[in-house]
Amino acid sequence: MKHKSVSIEEYLEAIYKLSRGDDLVKTTALANYMGVKPSSITEMLRKLADKNYVEYIPYKGVKLTKKGERLGSKITRKHRLYEVFLWKVLGRRPNNIHHEACEVEHGVSDETDILLCKYLGSPAKCPHGEVIPACDINVSSCQACNVELSGRTTRKENLRPLIWLSEGDNAKIKFIRGESKVLRRLYDLGLIPGTKLKILRRAPLNGPIEILVRGSRLAIGSDIAINIFVSKD
Amino acid sequence: MHKHGKISSLKLKGKEITIALAGNANVGKSVIFNQLTGSKQIIGNWPGKTVELAYGKLNYKDNEIILVDLPGIYSLTTYTQEEEVTRKFIAKEKPDIVINVIDASTIERNLYFTLQLIEMDIPLIICLNQIDMADKKGLIINFDKLSELLGVPVIPTVAIKGVGLKELIDTALKNINRKPSKKIKYSRDIEDAISKIIDYIEDNNIVSPYSPRFTAIKLLEGDQELIEKLNVHRGLINYVEKISNKLMKKYGQPTYAIIASQRYMYISSLLRNVLNVKEPHKTLAEYLDVITTHKIFGFLTSLGVIISLLLWTFYVGDFLSSIIEKLFNYIFIASPNLQGTLFEVFINGALGGVVAGIILVIPYVLPFYLFLSAMEDSGIMTRIAFMLDTLMHKIGLHGKAIIPIILGYGCAVPGIFSTRILETRRERILASLAITMVPCSARTVVILGLVAAYLGVEWALLIYGINIAIILIIDYITSRMYPGETPGLILEIHEFRIPSLKVIFRQTINRTMSIIYLVFPLYIVGSGLIQVLYKVGIFGYMDQILSPITHVLMGLPTYTGTLLIFGFIRKELILLLLPQITGTFNLTSILTPQQIFSIALISTIYIPCISTMATLIKEFGPKDTMIITILNISTAIFIGTLLHLFYTLFP
Repeated sequence: MKHKSVSIEEYLEAIYKLSRGDDLVKTTALANYMGVKPSSITEMLRKLADKNYVEYIPYKGVKLTKKGERLGSKITRKHRLYEVFLWKVLGRRPNNIHHEACEVEHGVSDETDILLCKYLGSPAKCPHGEVIPACDINVSSCQACNVELSGRTTRKENLRPLIWLSEGDNAKIKFIRGESKVLRRLYDLGLIPGTKLKILRRAPLNGPIEILVRGSRLAIGSDIAINIFVSKD
Repeated sequence: MHKHGKISSLKLKGKEITIALAGNANVGKSVIFNQLTGSKQIIGNWPGKTVELAYGKLNYKDNEIILVDLPGIYSLTTYTQEEEVTRKFIAKEKPDIVINVIDASTIERNLYFTLQLIEMDIPLIICLNQIDMADKKGLIINFDKLSELLGVPVIPTVAIKGVGLKELIDTALKNINRKPSKKIKYSRDIEDAISKIIDYIEDNNIVSPYSPRFTAIKLLEGDQELIEKLNVHRGLINYVEKISNKLMKKYGQPTYAIIASQRYMYISSLLRNVLNVKEPHKTLAEYLDVITTHKIFGFLTSLGVIISLLLWTFYVGDFLSSIIEKLFNYIFIASPNLQGTLFEVFINGALGGVVAGIILVIPYVLPFYLFLSAMEDSGIMTRIAFMLDTLMHKIGLHGKAIIPIILGYGCAVPGIFSTRILETRRERILASLAITMVPCSARTVVILGLVAAYLGVEWALLIYGINIAIILIIDYITSRMYPGETPGLILEIHEFRIPSLKVIFRQTINRTMSIIYLVFPLYIVGSGLIQVLYKVGIFGYMDQILSPITHVLMGLPTYTGTLLIFGFIRKELILLLLPQITGTFNLTSILTPQQIFSIALISTIYIPCISTMATLIKEFGPKDTMIITILNISTAIFIGTLLHLFYTLFP
């Protein structure tokens, strides 16, 4: 029984990575990523669809449901946080810690996840440069986490980092990760949780993102945009 | 007369009326300043160039007015140098009135700063600038309503066309000592906290440089400068901390976040009564925007604009230079003359410096700044910064750093000054290192005079290409060895606009004049001195000392040593002295094409010239200047040797 849920989580993690929460993932791409034959994952995808984690459209692919995205991002987050821990704290080299993190991620409790994140100083990226998803506590900044840890509620919607959005998308800022200096600058410019924004343009090669916010246009470097989490309209 | 100065050097006592211009970056403060004073304030369509205060005088209706242009900022905290300068100026110098300049087309964001000025409780009026732009964006603003709700007079203007400026000054003069009539109200929790802190301040007779309400709000926001200043009143600081913690627990956010979001909420509700949004006109600017930031065309336009800037400078510079040279020939010819006393030799050298400056350097500097000023005023610079951010990150910088580096193609000195728009010292030094190796106008003269003239234009362009590659590699390596974070890019993108000829011309003249002020003194004195040294005859020894490098490693004639030492004073001397030293104008008879190429390439990177070095010392101190210089020299030796090796292996 436990073994099965582990593989569900592994699949959701893979779909989350390939879809960035939103896109349709082709069955062949998923099979390639998991290192199995396309025919052999059909059963798994049906199971995920039964449990309402994904929408499965035969011959086309899968798409995460809200529930699936939530679990997928949670597992991904635990995986990447644990990698940062192995790398930054224990001094392990980034090239051979992926498999270990794959094993551990399923056993990390939500409580440990939060403490790990605080201990590591709310990191933005895993050692391989992938975004660490936001936590699901209902806070608008990391500072809130330092004030009070009791009486927390969880967020209703799934958040995505700004860098995953496409040109023309509308979104609402929900959470900004990181230290207070950047936070103050963003707040002064009107990027406050609850603020609506529109993606105007994305520079190529992972460059800055231009957004329209409160009637003015701002270019935000990707290393800052990675910490701005939004809910899509 | 226009001056740059620190606050302490400003004596604003006497009969004059002081009016300060404050507001966000690039809202038109400098344009208003120039329109009113006719003075020389640098204007650009990119944020951050006004770090020092500029002030100018004007006489208006029997009033002597001192106008102060404050740096463009977004908030009145003290997180940046510019914010600190502005806040301290307003608190200490107590201008008779502050004009808050607002860009009407981005009014919502601009009002955030306005609210904080109102909180400072100082005489204030609002200049709602660029209302024509707002109109194009479909923003219809009810000025009277805005004025009524904020309790501050509001004057609409289009500064670039001079519209509304007379009313602006009249209103300013009429409202001297009249403070805002309304208060910005926060939620009840915050207001309770504010009044508790005000009570504490008043009960304990604590003296703050700011009004009690402003002090209380800034303390709640965790303002570092105020906390340090009032730290002797431990009781107050602890009291504020207790209140802040309570608020933080309740809202789940730090207090500065609560206050910032309430300010923006206040603005939103205010604008509901003031602003009418209509369908915007689709403008040419928007189409331009699509092209300049397109995935492929964006890179091409960025590259195209930079190449056009250089080519334009070559051709127009060459043309101007030849005309001025002919004119000068009718008057006199200042060729180096070693006859006579040491004093005469000195004067002759210094004169040579003046002439070379006028006929060789200025003709290249002028067209360069003309094109550059047009680029800045149009807004294309921010698009280039946007497109090149990723590339610049590879060398430890962010997109904005491209602006000072491009400036360096004109002259390194203003380029290095303008690195002040970058956030950290590390970035400023990395950008300055790049600037020291960029071919400035004087080095362009060498490249054109040697390579383009004797080998062909394509080889000259190759030098530019190799030069860029060298800069990228050196900055890449240096950024790895010089650890530190590169702060992320946050850059306001302004609408494209048709550059104003008046602004472009004025800025070109100002920049050229500032080169004459900043660079020419050392350039002229150095030229005299080095000619004296030449006459004394120590260069023979220098050539011998340097010959292991110049001759053995790089395969160049030993007299290259003399050339390079002269080039330290003025880069274009490398070109001018070659015929003098070798006694022939037919350089191909004494130098191989490879040697010509090597000399030109090395002269672009081997050392910052004396004026640049003085600037580096002023900005970063002697130690970092040494490091930059050593990096320059060792890069040049390495490249020179590599070229020599390459020629030997592939003759």
